[in-house]
Amino acid sequence: MSKPKFAMYWASACGGCEIAVLNIDEKILDLDANFEVAFWPAAMDVKYKEVEAMDDESILVTLFNGSIRTDENEHMAHLLRRKSKLLVAFGSCANEGCIPGLANLSPREGIFECAYTSPSTENPDHLRPRSAWQAPEGTLTLTPLQSVVRTLDQVVEVDYHVPGCPPESHQIAAVLDVLIAVVKGEAELPPKGAVLGAGDSTVCDECTRKRDIKRISKLSRIQELPMLNTEDCLLEQGLMCSGPATRSGCNSRCPNVGAPCIGCYGAAPGVLDQGARLMTAIASVVDEKEPAAIDKVLDGLPDPAGTFYRFSLAHSLLRANRAALAEKP
Amino acid sequence: MSDRFEPVIIGFTCNWCSYRAADLAGTSRIKYPPNVRLIRLMCTGRLDPTFVLKAFSEGADGVLIAGCHPGECHYLEQNYKALRRYQLMTRTLAQFGIVPERLRLTWASAAEGARFAEEIATMVEEVRQVGPLNWPTRPVPRVEQASGGAA
Repeated sequence: MSKPKFAMYWASACGGCEIAVLNIDEKILDLDANFEVAFWPAAMDVKYKEVEAMDDESILVTLFNGSIRTDENEHMAHLLRRKSKLLVAFGSCANEGCIPGLANLSPREGIFECAYTSPSTENPDHLRPRSAWQAPEGTLTLTPLQSVVRTLDQVVEVDYHVPGCPPESHQIAAVLDVLIAVVKGEAELPPKGAVLGAGDSTVCDECTRKRDIKRISKLSRIQELPMLNTEDCLLEQGLMCSGPATRSGCNSRCPNVGAPCIGCYGAAPGVLDQGARLMTAIASVVDEKEPAAIDKVLDGLPDPAGTFYRFSLAHSLLRANRAALAEKP
Repeated sequence: MSDRFEPVIIGFTCNWCSYRAADLAGTSRIKYPPNVRLIRLMCTGRLDPTFVLKAFSEGADGVLIAGCHPGECHYLEQNYKALRRYQLMTRTLAQFGIVPERLRLTWASAAEGARFAEEIATMVEEVRQVGPLNWPTRPVPRVEQASGGAA
């Protein structure tokens, strides 16, 4: 009997998810023993047209990482949805938009302006990418940028979600174990829509630091706070930490080593909008009552939307800046 | 009937002061524009910014938050929490292109029916000036096949 097919695809993302999959060490051999890799551009050469030629639903499971930023991303999302029985939104980009989603705070022109015209860019001829260009040998095309970044489930139906930027290797291994058990007939598939490879609480819940006073009188950036102690809550020490609204599953890795949680596992269970929940949490603990004094504390957060929605902007209630959303797709 | 833009405003009031101020405005037959839909919370400290974002994303043109005067909260100091959330939300919403006129915080005691009505009238006028928000829903997906159109 032939092995079931596995695919992994990389849309608008940094590639860290692919590396995280390779980080599962010898577990990758279990993957190979139980699946036939049908399509995985980062690992092997299979052309899009070969995927198009496959039968619908002939791939058992596709791990789709990356957000939907370009027409090509969208095309591949639809194609892989059609070809796969199970489509997994893998990693923060596919689930919440992640760092690419932060571009939603700016209309397309602002993104081009920043990338091609800012003082740090050497571009005297003001070149800009074009979607088509006539070369003597024929027309060259480049996939157009869409107005806003979307998550996979805003474009196609998604069966499972594996959050994280990137998902932790031990969590990926656990997810693969489940899939392999299903293939062997030893386990049932989890219910559709389930979040796999993550906890069902918050990062704060897993964090071992002490929380006592729950009050802050100043918010600083990490480089302004040289004397962090190793025992107390980082938020109480004046560092913006996203632990209160972020899903657990990482064993609170960052706070354990003195770096605040930046929210990469996305909204905690039951939280509709990660940024809103963070606003709730941060505003609650600011220890001031006068508007001017409150403003002074909040000045320690120069980019509130970018901080609260660092990973979840594209999947938030508002999704994007008004001007970016109003643009032609 | 005129074609004048009538903003939709969601008002979050607290059980003890501002909702009673609205009640008093009603029983005193004070007129104020009908644009506000009031939602009663036990306290403005219950106001999760999620409520505000949900209102904006689902069609509200403005959101009013009304609580007890500072120092008079029935849950000691939860209205200060609302104040801090309001200040933080205003900053965050600016990055989404939502102007400060659309989110208003006011205090009204149970005796201030007239003042509450005035606040609402002022806010309705201000939101009318900045126009409809019509939070754009997600863009319509394009045809599946990528075409070589302009970016």
